[in-house]
Amino acid sequence: MVPIYYYLILAAILFCIGIGAFLIKRNIITVFMSIELMLNAVNLTFVAFSHMHHAVQGQLFVFFVMVVAAAEAAVGLAIIIAIFRTRQTLDVDSINLMKN
Amino acid sequence: MQTALFFIFAAICVVSALNLLFQRHPINSALSLVVVMMSLAVIYWTLGAEFLAAAQVIVYSGAIMVLFTFVIMLLNAGEEERTRGSKAAYFAGVPGVVGVLALLVYTFLHERTTLGYATFGGELNNGVSNMAAISRVLFTDLLLPFEVTSILILVAILGAVVLARKEN
Repeated sequence: MVPIYYYLILAAILFCIGIGAFLIKRNIITVFMSIELMLNAVNLTFVAFSHMHHAVQGQLFVFFVMVVAAAEAAVGLAIIIAIFRTRQTLDVDSINLMKN
Repeated sequence: MQTALFFIFAAICVVSALNLLFQRHPINSALSLVVVMMSLAVIYWTLGAEFLAAAQVIVYSGAIMVLFTFVIMLLNAGEEERTRGSKAAYFAGVPGVVGVLALLVYTFLHERTTLGYATFGGELNNGVSNMAAISRVLFTDLLLPFEVTSILILVAILGAVVLARKEN
């Protein structure tokens, strides 16, 4: 018997670590990974509430989030590769122009 | 036993997430994120979401993180240099993060009696398999969104190929 709010607080901590990594990290791939961490934290919240309400709809929402995250990772990493081809850098501070 | 499982894997989760934050090399961050996702899979399993635990391991740690690792190796990404970054990120971001965390924790602690308790395994206790319950809803009520995701994935494949293609 674990209180549901333990799971929710764990999700909140993970989400805030994700925000912190998003703000602090300077490598564009790591910034992208912190977005995945935030998505995982939200998924944990969905699963906890789905358990609390004894309904599987929350788990299906997590399934759709996973599908969208997979699509997002494929497109995002393709964009990162395209950026690296034109700029030769992955540092977000030096990628500040739309067009060279 | 569930309490012990929760605390062990929650600790692994938080420590690996902090490791992601503090490591300089992207490959170390990627591997810490894999550890976070695997321990989250165990936590899903204790909450009675067996299908999601399997999908988490296969889709997140198996597919998405392998893609990340491939890109890190392909681009030969080295250690990031610590520049100061933008001042606004520190002055607005750090209090913002602490504020969001405090608000969420306060809300959850305040509502802890109405939130209730998690029993081990969830749906398993009623003799209904999680997979059967999920697929019944997925292929009846949510059939249209399920089919739309296939179009989304098709568009994502085309977009990834077009974006990563060498321009001649």
